Amino acid sequence: MPNKFPLWKNITILLVVTFGFVFAAPNLYPPDPAIQLSGQSGAMQIDAAVLEKVEQALDEAGIAHFAGESDGEALLVRLKDIKRQLRAKEVIQATMGGDYIVALNLAPTTPSWLSDMGGQPMKLGLDLSGGVHFLLEVDLDSALTTRLESDLEDVKTALREERIRYRSFELSNGLIVGQFRDEAEVARAKTLIRTNLRDLQPQSQPGQNPLSLVLKLSELASREIEDNAIKQNLTSLRNRVNELGVSEPLVSRQGKNRIVVELPGVQDTAEAKRIIGKTANLEFRLEASGRVGEVFDFRNPSGQGPDARLESKAVITGENVTDARASFDENGRPQVNITLDAKGGWQMGYATRDNIGRRLGVLFIEFKTRLEKSIDDNGELVLTPVPFVEESIISLATVQAQLGKQFRITGLEQRESSELALLLRAGALAAPMYIVEERTIGPSLGADNIKLGVKSVTVGMALVLLFMLVVYRGFGVFANIALAMNLVLLVAFMSLLGATLTLPGIAGIVLTVGMAVDANVLIFSRIREELAAGASIQGSISAGYDRAFVSILDANITTLIVALILFLIGSGPVQGFAVTLSIGILTSMFTSIVMTRGLVNLVVGGRKIKTLWI
Amino acid sequence: MTDLKVYNFMGLRKIAAIFSALLLIASVASLSTKGLVLGLDFSGGTQIEVGYEQPADVGAIRQQLEIAGFEGPVVIQYGSETDVLIRLQGAPEQGLSEKVYAVLEDGSEAVELRRVDFVGPQIGEELREDGGLGMLTALAVVMLYVAIRFQLKFSIGAVLALAHDVVITLGFFSIVGLEFDLTVLAAILAVVGYSLNDTIVVSDRIRENFRKIRKATPVEVINESLSQTLWRTINTSVTTMLVLLALYFIGGELIHNFAVALMVGVGIGTYSSIYVAATVMLALRVDREDLLEPVEGELVDDLP
Repeated sequence: MPNKFPLWKNITILLVVTFGFVFAAPNLYPPDPAIQLSGQSGAMQIDAAVLEKVEQALDEAGIAHFAGESDGEALLVRLKDIKRQLRAKEVIQATMGGDYIVALNLAPTTPSWLSDMGGQPMKLGLDLSGGVHFLLEVDLDSALTTRLESDLEDVKTALREERIRYRSFELSNGLIVGQFRDEAEVARAKTLIRTNLRDLQPQSQPGQNPLSLVLKLSELASREIEDNAIKQNLTSLRNRVNELGVSEPLVSRQGKNRIVVELPGVQDTAEAKRIIGKTANLEFRLEASGRVGEVFDFRNPSGQGPDARLESKAVITGENVTDARASFDENGRPQVNITLDAKGGWQMGYATRDNIGRRLGVLFIEFKTRLEKSIDDNGELVLTPVPFVEESIISLATVQAQLGKQFRITGLEQRESSELALLLRAGALAAPMYIVEERTIGPSLGADNIKLGVKSVTVGMALVLLFMLVVYRGFGVFANIALAMNLVLLVAFMSLLGATLTLPGIAGIVLTVGMAVDANVLIFSRIREELAAGASIQGSISAGYDRAFVSILDANITTLIVALILFLIGSGPVQGFAVTLSIGILTSMFTSIVMTRGLVNLVVGGRKIKTLWI
Repeated sequence: MTDLKVYNFMGLRKIAAIFSALLLIASVASLSTKGLVLGLDFSGGTQIEVGYEQPADVGAIRQQLEIAGFEGPVVIQYGSETDVLIRLQGAPEQGLSEKVYAVLEDGSEAVELRRVDFVGPQIGEELREDGGLGMLTALAVVMLYVAIRFQLKFSIGAVLALAHDVVITLGFFSIVGLEFDLTVLAAILAVVGYSLNDTIVVSDRIRENFRKIRKATPVEVINESLSQTLWRTINTSVTTMLVLLALYFIGGELIHNFAVALMVGVGIGTYSSIYVAATVMLALRVDREDLLEPVEGELVDDLP
């Protein structure tokens, strides 16, 4: 029988349609504004008592809310009005104090039968939800230099212990270069380094001075250092972001040396930037005796003079810090209580045991960037970011007794002490970073973008539906049903895949709506042609679909190729566009070919009709 | 055999060629002398969008910022009278956006921070390179696909048509002085996809007719094919234009230029799929002989 689908095809279409509606459905339930509360440390119990306190505070402030839920580690209170969300956060933070992290949140209201099946609403990109996006570049060279500096000290120590005499050892162009007095010593040094310091490889170049020894960090070691630097920075950033109390933060590596941080819903960008962008580290160094070491200024000039000379090797660094808390000493002055890990505690003990009476300095190291103006070859003004390091002494105190795992730093201002505690607690950065891209979208702009996006999809869609109805009449109805279904399927797939919807993504949807009808236009034009050529009605339908199929396939595959390339080269927003475009192409192939054919077959297939309403 | 009117499209191909040449020359001339007004994504820098409750006085805001010590701020109205876009040079570590916001907040009117974008110079440069590279890759892959699915002459025709569309759309942005940012780049790649779609459909019909109609010159075959696909070409362009108009008028300032790029591209793409691809094929002396090898594609058809 002509133009009849077998039962299984009709069932498949029905299944796909059902699938589309079910998985697109979660988007119909708008999320509730909510406040999330969790403890600074995982050990804190967030129980019913805490919940009661929070709800009471909200009631007192007159903020309407639903009953809260707590799971022992965190609690969530849904609010009735999004405008009161910020106020609610302030109220709760003020009531609960600094030991708790209070975050703005959007709680999904997806019914449980939908979420049980894995249904979830589409994720909104920052341009729709509001928030901050940072792209940070990790300065890997500096991580390598730090490592080389400590290796240099190790080399010197090892040589001294083995009584191998050298004239000098220094860093030059990423290499460790040593000078010796005789070749036998060079050979002994080489053997020693080959056995004890395997990360360093003695280089031998033709024409090299036989009395010099050039050491290079092995390829493996430097890659490891770079990887570790990125990993540690990622961990530190995650910790810091957690301290900010953002509900769904994203911290991930991008490319070789970049890290993306996305904080949806964050309003106080200044604070976010201070915490994230701040790349500070601490080093504890003994005061140098004599003319060795380096001279540093004091951060806050005190009675001890403008500067002091410290040894060039650190006893421990911020990496050994496991906990740091800001508090006040007996005299009410701000201080930071520091707890070290086992290795740090041991090193600290070892270094201070023999040096009681000497002074120990705390060096605060900040990595900053400044933009330098220069004129390029084309005579244009270019700005290049130049990273630089600012080192200053926070405190220089006499070691009274052997220090252990716990001790304190004094001599800070209050704001400094809490910031330093946070930075130390959240972890040091293995390598300095600087912001290479920042995008902040205010919450009102995000809401506006959603409104505009939805409106343009609606209007664009309405125009296309109308046009198709006018031009193709009866068959226009089929095309329109397919088009509407295409939108449902597109939303369903994006929700299911967890794809992020952005403003360019919405533009992609609108464009898909415009282009998706192309397949139907092709098919219908073909059917008209066949009819005009005098073919039978059923024959025309069948031939129209068959002949148009090749064109549609070729055209869509090539567009898909373009979308794929767009995805590969693009960043955030452009990728959002590429994703919706690609999914839209695939779903539209199904709806405009298979679905309309099913509808056509159902209505006119196998019947004797005189004219086709096309 | 049919009552379909066959238009003599190819009769006008010399005029079309001159028209295209003029557009291309104008575009290339403008691109090489005036260049593109690069948006923040590519140029780097900082831009801040703020919203006022009342219509904003751009001059006063500029003055306010200059007094506060900002060097050469560019202040323009953005989309509506109450929205203002401020552009500055500087890095976020220096707390630029916060400082600007603080200065504006001190003013007499209530102001709301809507958006801050900072793009470092190295990012802008990378994006420029990636964008160009992406465009070339897209063209190369498409050329390969069309060469395999159709034939080399079709492939050259299609790619030249695409390059034609891209250059003219870029030229339009350069001549009119519209800002070229990431969304516009995306739009231009979408134009490549769209125009290709059109060209493929036309080429497909040309291929089919070359095989079907035995006694006709290539010009006649192409005219017939173009006439047959004319309504489809027009209808698809109209639906796409309709949604683009919706985006242009409703979509908001952020995707304004995106919509413009697509409208120009779709317009040019529709024209180029009729004239450029076919004219190039004729210039390459496309003939039945080129397509005699049986291509299975038309027979392999799993639809009932």
